[in-house]
Amino acid sequence: MNSFPATNLIVTAIFVLCLATMAAGALFAVLTNRLIRSVCGLAICAIGLAGLYYFLHSPFLALMEILIYVGAVCVTIIFAVMLAEPDEPPNDEKPGTIVVWGGIALAAAGGLFWGLTRLGARADWPAPEPLSQSGSLKAIGISLLTTYSLAFELISLVLLVAIIGALAIARLGRGRA
Amino acid sequence: MHPFEARFNRRDAKSAEKILFAACKIFMLLYDQLQVYLIAAAFLLAVGIYGLIRRRTLIGMLISGELIFAGASLNLMAFNRFTVRDQGVGQIFVLFIMGLAAAEVAIALSIIVAVYRNYRSVKTKELSELNG
Repeated sequence: MNSFPATNLIVTAIFVLCLATMAAGALFAVLTNRLIRSVCGLAICAIGLAGLYYFLHSPFLALMEILIYVGAVCVTIIFAVMLAEPDEPPNDEKPGTIVVWGGIALAAAGGLFWGLTRLGARADWPAPEPLSQSGSLKAIGISLLTTYSLAFELISLVLLVAIIGALAIARLGRGRA
Repeated sequence: MHPFEARFNRRDAKSAEKILFAACKIFMLLYDQLQVYLIAAAFLLAVGIYGLIRRRTLIGMLISGELIFAGASLNLMAFNRFTVRDQGVGQIFVLFIMGLAAAEVAIALSIIVAVYRNYRSVKTKELSELNG
């Protein structure tokens, strides 16, 4: 990275932008009252996460993340929001209950975050492995069809069962509604 | 050696300059450190758990669960890149996690739509009867 003068700084800035997008999307998803904005927060978080996967030397997973999360999961949730209520109900808890449950939620989430951060940052991780061709798209394709072919077939079975199950559950009420 | 390191290790640099250069060095190689990705994944887990406790509709809780899935995937991918020799395994694992998350969302949403059809609401406070 010696040709362009500030390449390292630009790459780090893009990395921080991906981190900020992911964090902002996640916070937006849980802190807003409208469900459509929550789904959009999940989509923004998935886009930031795709950028992070690109930095982890996996462009295949970055594209799959956008395809699956933003393209399929978020759109399906938007369909469900269209069919059900679009908003969170107004908060009719007493102020004491809000403080108690908000405090418990913040304590649980913050405690987990602090504990995991401390564990991850202070542990003695081994040096990073040198980059090899074992993570390339060609290697993934070959191993999906040779080493992991059973898992590949099984997940297609799981998806088939999920589709049939979703259809059965959604159709069952149609006669009575 | 990295071009910055030759400048950092000069003997005649003052201590404040040395601290600044050390901070710049950590900042410059931010995307090459394992801890950053672990902290990001822990943040996603924490936000997802907060959402699971505080959201009052079923779809809101489902979205928070999806955030926890994303945190676990990021954790696996970080370890895959930094500590594993065969770097295809983690990617395939995370691909399967994404597929399973999509299947789970499909089933959960069809259940939610059926519940809405019967109860006329998805607020968790009103879904409190067990007899049909």
